[in-house]
Amino acid sequence: MSTTAQTTTKPAEPVPAGATSRQAARDRARAFIARYGIFLIFGVMVIVASFLSPAFLTTTNIVNVIRQMSIIGLIALGVTGVIVTGGIDLSSGSVVGAACVVAASLAQNPNRAFYPEIAGSPVLLAIAAGCAVGVLAGLVNGALVAKTGIPPFIATLGMYTAARGAAMLYTTGRPLSNLSDAYNEIGQGSLFAVPVPILILAGMAVVTHVLYSRTKFGKYIYAIGGNEQAARVSGIDVGRYKILIYSYAGFLSGLAGLVVSSRIGSGQPGLGVGYELDAIAAAVIGGASLSAGGIGTIPGTIVGALIIGVLNNTLDLVNVSAYWQQIIKGVIIVGAVVLDQRKNRGDR
Amino acid sequence: MSDGYVLRMRDISKRFPGVHALDAVRLEVRKGTVHALMGENGAGKSTLMKILIGMYAPDSGTIELNGERVTIASTHQALSKGIAMIHQELSPVPQMTVAENIFLGREPLTWYGLVDTKEVNRRTRELLDRLEIRVAPEKKMVELSIANTQLVEIAKAISYDSSLIVMDEPTSAITEAEVANLHRIIRALRERGVSVIYITHKMDEVFDICDEVTVLRDGRYVGTSPIGALTHDLLIQKMVGRELVDMFKKERTPVGDVVLQVRDYSGKRFRNVSFDVRKGEVFGVAGLMGAGRTELLETVFGVHPRTSGEIFLHGKKVEIRQPADSIRHGLALLTEDRKLSGLYLNATVRDNISIANLLRYLIGPFVRFRAVNADCERMRQALRIKTPSLLQRVKNLSGGNQQKVLLSRWLLTEPEILILDEPTRGIDVGAKAEIYRLMVELARSGKAIVMISSELPEVLGMCDRVMVMHEGDKVGELLRGDATQERILEMATGLAPSAASV
Repeated sequence: MSTTAQTTTKPAEPVPAGATSRQAARDRARAFIARYGIFLIFGVMVIVASFLSPAFLTTTNIVNVIRQMSIIGLIALGVTGVIVTGGIDLSSGSVVGAACVVAASLAQNPNRAFYPEIAGSPVLLAIAAGCAVGVLAGLVNGALVAKTGIPPFIATLGMYTAARGAAMLYTTGRPLSNLSDAYNEIGQGSLFAVPVPILILAGMAVVTHVLYSRTKFGKYIYAIGGNEQAARVSGIDVGRYKILIYSYAGFLSGLAGLVVSSRIGSGQPGLGVGYELDAIAAAVIGGASLSAGGIGTIPGTIVGALIIGVLNNTLDLVNVSAYWQQIIKGVIIVGAVVLDQRKNRGDR
Repeated sequence: MSDGYVLRMRDISKRFPGVHALDAVRLEVRKGTVHALMGENGAGKSTLMKILIGMYAPDSGTIELNGERVTIASTHQALSKGIAMIHQELSPVPQMTVAENIFLGREPLTWYGLVDTKEVNRRTRELLDRLEIRVAPEKKMVELSIANTQLVEIAKAISYDSSLIVMDEPTSAITEAEVANLHRIIRALRERGVSVIYITHKMDEVFDICDEVTVLRDGRYVGTSPIGALTHDLLIQKMVGRELVDMFKKERTPVGDVVLQVRDYSGKRFRNVSFDVRKGEVFGVAGLMGAGRTELLETVFGVHPRTSGEIFLHGKKVEIRQPADSIRHGLALLTEDRKLSGLYLNATVRDNISIANLLRYLIGPFVRFRAVNADCERMRQALRIKTPSLLQRVKNLSGGNQQKVLLSRWLLTEPEILILDEPTRGIDVGAKAEIYRLMVELARSGKAIVMISSELPEVLGMCDRVMVMHEGDKVGELLRGDATQERILEMATGLAPSAASV
């Protein structure tokens, strides 16, 4: 069967001998860079960072970087799936806020303001409620996109505003502190010296990677993003899978809400502002394409999130002002998209 | 009870805004036969098929499958009822593999619930081997040639084990050998009792493979006959509704000097193409889908960058980097896909006509609408654009009139050289005849016309000279007197040795 691969390629162009192999080598190199370029860039960044600051390559610092990026990373896992279908989710940051206040309201120590009739501090209930809020928000996003046909940008922009408003309404704008130790373990605890947020991210990354690359559901979100019409005529219930992916993205935002509120020991309706954009940036830097659907991977997104994390960390270590950091981040995001478009044009 | 008919569609009507696409059409297909559905572009074949597979709902009419009345609300339902379709326009999912595309929507799973990629590839290989299609299952669709993409689509439709398969121009981009292979597959399917609805423009294929023919014209049912009762000419007459001869009132207009010379042009999908176009002639560019014709002329016009080559206008070398350059030099391009790259559907007829010429109507920043209106009105009358008003939105016009609006836009720029890419695609017979009439008039007034066309009768009827392309190469040129349907097809499929250049 190895010969069939060759017979299917178009007849070789009439170029002088010698040029053909050079051309082929260049094509291979280009394909390699298109596929693994982001990992190379990340490697270079790590090397540069370790030269710039001796503090960079210490265990504490590296754990710190990963823990900091774990929240954005979690959100980006779901956002990647949404972007793969050709959509976008602007509501993640607000969903973080809404999920964390609902979870925190159940996780406060006894004598709490909310649901005093429930005995003790039901951590599992708090976790379930936080995730449920995320799923619910995602469900609404997905239903709006799938059933009304409005652009995902608009649907999730609505949720962006509404979920934040709901979070504020729920706590009348106040933060909820005095959370139980069990709940705070999520963000502050460690298992075998690895912080729990990192474990959660690693676990979810593996699950999501398998989900996207090996399951029916995963095949379908790529098919929908690659050619929605083709997916439809193949008998795929496009609407259903859109609802599912937005719900999954909502679930991960809810989970991120649990992590962030337990990390600071307080549920605040204002948490998560701007997270959606960082998550989108991570996915895009990692190769997910906003211009063409059907493109994007979990390993890419994780590296994208790591790149943002390492960048922030390095700039901190070498004392670049926070304002400059924002500018540099902006340049990198736009640069990644420009490269991505070049790459796609090359494909065609 | 099914009396030998797998499908009965009766009195099917469908209206779109402004067009009566189908008017009480019927189609009855016997079990285990190959049924040709014939008609010119715009006759309603595609609409009828889209109703059959559940992409459109008919306004009225009934569908019976094996004698049972059914409604088909989605393609999914159509598939589960045993109707599969090979779509001419629909490309597959480009980033997925051949195997993933074929099994999209019905992936076999492993016992632990993940997609069984090995099994998908194995079954795909089996299927492709059986059909003698030489493509690796693991290959991504983007990497395939157009012919192979089409073969994969065919394999996919067959893999559903359907009792009725619709093939919409399955051979438009494949070679003779592959056509023979496809026909072998179709005969085998017929043996097994599968019915095929076969849509094609190629007469030989109809007489070669089909058992019965149903003809549609302008959205109406013309008739159904067994193939034995038909001849070539009779069939064409049924499709066109009159003798074909008067469609093309091509007069020999005096051909003048060379205006446009293209030398050794290369770019994406075409290589080292050279040709000349003369004043007052209609220069045809023929070839199969994917031969690089559109890409070549769009590159000449400056839409895409070239990798090599030169252009001379009146013997003088010119540099064309973008469409604005070529417009300035007197070129105009009517694109293949009106809706995608030409028309502003939501804008008015007037705005669509004047958009490329707005600079001429400016006083300072203001547009002189009186002048715009006058010119547009002149165009409307000259081209006989049927619209209630110049302020009508273009999306409400019929395809033929939309095409005339686009043509007006470019005529207003007073071009010397007019490039028309599939100028009559999807428009009805009457509008076609008018477009042809316009082309003759334009040629007579000294314009040079380059026409890309996939419809051979049109090429033969209209062109003074025809250049034929095959997979990005120029195969040769034929003079009007030498060009025949067979000759062009031979060259376009790469079977003919290079003809002597004229």
